[in-house]
Amino acid sequence: MDRTIAIDVNRLCKSYDGHKAVDDLSFQVYAGEIFGLLGPNGAGKSTTLRTLITLLHPTSGTATVLGHDTVREADLVRTLFGYVPQERAIDRFLTGREHLELLGALYHLTKEEAAKRIAELLKLVELEEHADRPAKTYSGGMKRKLDIACGLLPNPKILFLDEPTLGLDVQSRLRIWDYIRMLKARGMTVVMTTNYLDEADQLCDRLAIIDCGKVKTIGSPAELKVALGGDSVSLTIKETARLGALASAIKGQPAIRTVNATATGLDIRVESAEKALPAILEAANKLDCRLDFIDYHRPRLDDVFIAHTGRSLKDAAPAEETT
Amino acid sequence: MAHYWQEIEALTLRWVRRLSREKFSMLFTLVQPMLFWLIFFGNLFQRAADVQVTQAPNYISFLAAGVVVMTVLNNGLAGGVDLLFDKENGFLERLMSAPIHRSSVILSRFIFVMTITSLQVLVILGIAFLFGVHPATGLPGVAMILLIGMLFGVGLTAISMAMAFSVKSHGDFFSVLGFLSLPMIFLSSALVPLTAMPTWMSVLAQFNPMTWAIDAVRPLILTNWSDALPHVGMAIVVMLIFDALCLYGGAKAFRRAMG
Ligand SMILES: Nc1ncnc2c1ncn2[C@@H]1O[C@H](COP(=O)(O)OP(=O)(O)OP(=O)(O)O)[C@@H](O)[C@H]1O
Ligand SMILES: [Mg+2]
Repeated sequence: MDRTIAIDVNRLCKSYDGHKAVDDLSFQVYAGEIFGLLGPNGAGKSTTLRTLITLLHPTSGTATVLGHDTVREADLVRTLFGYVPQERAIDRFLTGREHLELLGALYHLTKEEAAKRIAELLKLVELEEHADRPAKTYSGGMKRKLDIACGLLPNPKILFLDEPTLGLDVQSRLRIWDYIRMLKARGMTVVMTTNYLDEADQLCDRLAIIDCGKVKTIGSPAELKVALGGDSVSLTIKETARLGALASAIKGQPAIRTVNATATGLDIRVESAEKALPAILEAANKLDCRLDFIDYHRPRLDDVFIAHTGRSLKDAAPAEETT
Repeated sequence: MAHYWQEIEALTLRWVRRLSREKFSMLFTLVQPMLFWLIFFGNLFQRAADVQVTQAPNYISFLAAGVVVMTVLNNGLAGGVDLLFDKENGFLERLMSAPIHRSSVILSRFIFVMTITSLQVLVILGIAFLFGVHPATGLPGVAMILLIGMLFGVGLTAISMAMAFSVKSHGDFFSVLGFLSLPMIFLSSALVPLTAMPTWMSVLAQFNPMTWAIDAVRPLILTNWSDALPHVGMAIVVMLIFDALCLYGGAKAFRRAMG
């Protein structure tokens, strides 16, 4: 893959009234890859994207897009990307086609260019039949597709997607993943945020795990998992009062690396499941803990997340929003 | 320059489309001022108002100038509402992340609000005409009324947009709006001449740019050019100062909100 740097975020900080939304964030995105920012609600993902689209000025630090500074060369930077915001930024009174026509004019396309591009895009997102209805009659998924079509209208080199599949049904999600892969195949660089682990795992070439405005780790999903090494054992027990005792009993054993308590059980990182399992079972027996459930697996992205942030994404994120 | 124009044209078209799809609200914004103020209020006070005090043949002809400027006031102060909604639902962010001139969205809004206001002023003058109020200075006078209205409207729209960009929630926006608009009307010469006011009110009213606009529009409707011209001259000066202040504040608020 091409290792040209498309986006360079360097020690970016953004504070709101003293609260650091983004705190010394650095990462680079290579041209032609799908790069993910994975993190719980409030981690600072949208704030980072808003800086990249030039609409927020960093408190300190810099960001460049294709080598151009997002503050000093904001006008130029704005010609380089397409943007799909997190909220459905739709005008209820305009039809789908009118949205795209408006953006066509804002990107200074001629009428003919715009008409051609709009026809292609409506086809791509399968909104042709609904193109001439006001957007207030669209379903949530249709609005999201229109959003994405709007982001693609400038035919940009770089596409910023803020939580592209939030609140979509499974089929629509899979379809949007397919679009994104297709865009990459056409040579586009995609930077997306998500708080879905499976999305980050399956879609992103590389990702940065972000928590509390800081980058916790960066790499491809495979690299991140391998870097953890070993396997994961998760178990839940009936006598949750004895979790603490069980955790400390297990901690000392050979082949055990780390032990993390969850609400009803333990997440244990081990050298190898074969060696560790007997020790874990024995410790549980000794303490008279009845196992509800036990499972071991190769590291998954949620294990990576837990290892780097100390909690699981599900615990960190409040109930999924559907708007 | 061609790009600039293309942006403004497309953005203005959007405002027109939005309005044309909100037929109900369009009807209300158009009809409300003339119905409520001119027809009801004007006829209601026809006999209660003293012709010696108003110095006009009847109350409706006195009130016409006030209603014209009140329409400018209401349209202007509400001019930022759509931008407020755009800001809240992220549409503004989408527009501003496009490679457009930073001023295009705002300029399109000014053009739209000024056009709608002018049309409304013409409708009000038309209705007043039906009630026997014939502008004394004729069509040139009507053109001058439109000019004064626009000069006042620019500043008001700028205030409204500045508020739209700075408020935290749209509840705040509408409270401030309500708080501004009624005192502006009562502390002006819209409903009664300053001479008929308690002194403290008439003193305050002199600091209200609305008073200056009305005092220029009223002789254009009631008397003649030579009576009107000094007032018109003063009004234009006052409006230019008012606009400069409002535009300065508006530009600051916009820059703070849009980076
Ligand atoms: N305009 C603002 N004013 C004040 N605080 C803000 C503003 N925008 C964001 N924040 C704060 O900055 C932090 C990061 O917000 P951000 O929107 O970047 O999170 P996020 O990672 O996109 O979360 P989500 O998954 O919920 O979209 C949050 O604590 C948020 O409250
Ligand atoms: Mg976000």
